[in-house]
Amino acid sequence: MPKPHLLLLAALLAAFGVSHYADRIDPYFLDVLTGIGINVILAVSLNLVNGYTGQFSLGHAGFMAVGAYLSAAVTVFAGPKLLGEDGGTSLQQGSLFFAALVVGGLSAAFAGLLVGVPSLRLKGDYLALVTLGFGEIIRVIFQNVEVLGGALGLNGIPAFTTIFWVLAFVAITIFVVLCLVHSTYGRGFLATHDDEIASEAVGLDTTRYKIVAFVVSAFFAGIAGGLYGHFKLTITPTGFDFTKSIEIVVMVILGGMGNTIGVVLAAVLLTLLPEVLRPIAEYRMILYSFLLIVLMILRPQGLFNFKFGKVKL
Amino acid sequence: MAEFLQQLLNGLSLGAIYALIALGYTMVYGVLRFINFAHSDVFMVGSFIGYYAGKLVPENTIWGGLIVLVISMVGCAILGMTIERLAYRPLRGAATLNVLIAAIGVSLLLEYSGQVFFGAAPRTFPALFPSINFSVGGLVLSTNQLLVIVVTTLLMVALQFIVHRTKIGTAMRAVSLNPKAAQLVGINIDVVISFTFALGSALAAAGGILYALNYPSIDPLMGVMPGLKAFVAAVLGGIGNIPGAALGGLILGVVETFVNGSQWSTYKDAIAFAILIIIMLFRPAGLLGKFTIEKV
Repeated sequence: MPKPHLLLLAALLAAFGVSHYADRIDPYFLDVLTGIGINVILAVSLNLVNGYTGQFSLGHAGFMAVGAYLSAAVTVFAGPKLLGEDGGTSLQQGSLFFAALVVGGLSAAFAGLLVGVPSLRLKGDYLALVTLGFGEIIRVIFQNVEVLGGALGLNGIPAFTTIFWVLAFVAITIFVVLCLVHSTYGRGFLATHDDEIASEAVGLDTTRYKIVAFVVSAFFAGIAGGLYGHFKLTITPTGFDFTKSIEIVVMVILGGMGNTIGVVLAAVLLTLLPEVLRPIAEYRMILYSFLLIVLMILRPQGLFNFKFGKVKL
Repeated sequence: MAEFLQQLLNGLSLGAIYALIALGYTMVYGVLRFINFAHSDVFMVGSFIGYYAGKLVPENTIWGGLIVLVISMVGCAILGMTIERLAYRPLRGAATLNVLIAAIGVSLLLEYSGQVFFGAAPRTFPALFPSINFSVGGLVLSTNQLLVIVVTTLLMVALQFIVHRTKIGTAMRAVSLNPKAAQLVGINIDVVISFTFALGSALAAAGGILYALNYPSIDPLMGVMPGLKAFVAAVLGGIGNIPGAALGGLILGVVETFVNGSQWSTYKDAIAFAILIIIMLFRPAGLLGKFTIEKV
């Protein structure tokens, strides 16, 4: 990848440019674009664990929930005190939102560390189940925290998510994941994926790589959760159940695991699909699940994985 | 003490249902080494078949209830075999993740089709069997709870007989032990796997009817939570191990009922997963499973 830093800068400028003209864009289109952006962040970050490092996590929605709740807690409870009566200038709002997102991301990363250290000793199906279990436990805990709205959910989150924040974080997520994987250190992720025993034999600490991948991935899931909360303005624990995790896993698998461009395309496609199929509303989810089965049978390496010959999985 | 026994009894009857569902997971895992996510939805279809078939027979009669039970079990056995033939057989030998995603696809397909064809709103399940509450020494028993325990025990004895005393059961155990070697000695793997799915799905259907008799509100998403918990039960007992699934189901049912009766009742859905995590970390092979040492 030539000059990744310049590409990131260009992407951030483009995000700024798009947000400058945001009021001229159709609001429906803008909403769909925000949804796509959040899903791209989720899918690309999960791809670091499920694709590049070859571990199977089914608990991504749990980390998203941690980020969504904690960043919303910052803006809902601390926001009015910091911004004052008039709601503050847009610069003040922006910096508060950025701080809230970072708090959400860091707490999700911490949750990722707590979950990852014990469970990453397991492999395959078992790891999938334990992460699924942790995700559900996180959800039940939020259901029981009355301060955060309990089972009814947290309402009245300020509408801070703009298209600029979403596009900027999409760019940052892709940048971090790609740079991490293509760095010298990042070869360790691929080695862990390819052959764990051989990597250990040449002295790589595979457990450490798995945990790093898990924590980084949880961090961005938390950011995506924060963006989601300040976009939907109300969050409920049931919105982060394991069907959400499965949705993200499907994006990663359809994109071709360990293939960031493919995963981005799959996330875009799978977010657009329900919108396109809206006229046949009742049957669209049936069609979606049917396509999932057919794709697994006909194209197991993912929709956008164009490496011919030996299929790596 | 009376309250303790009452809770224990309620827990055993819930656990018996988990055990019935868990058997399907464990048998499929035994022969194919994958988690059949669609199993919980076969359980849901089982109760819906019971709902529609229940309208055709007179309510509150024992023979009517038994006929519905058999119809639902046969219907789900056919459904299970169809799912295996169309979705899983083309993927045999594919990577685990792909089979897992296909299973999730089948699960979603059944749930969403259910929402379209049965309607998303909950329905009241008919009272198939005559139901009386009576009390023995301070304990309140309902005939439905006893029915759960009796039917489950009978089905498990039948299953034990099929697996250990019949030719097809021997073939099942052979495939579970070593599929290649089983093929070499002339076992038709396709037939065995198909039969395993039929057996597991029929048990799930029985579980679905018994569950709906005790919690008579059914909807297309009713299978998700009992399904996940039954899977935890299968892992707890040692996945692939048939008596283990029964034991795991009973333990889980009892623990959950006690938690539900305590001050921690709002955490009852988390307790199953907490058990799952603890068992995975300290004894991944499960209570009755055999631990295999990984060789490099």
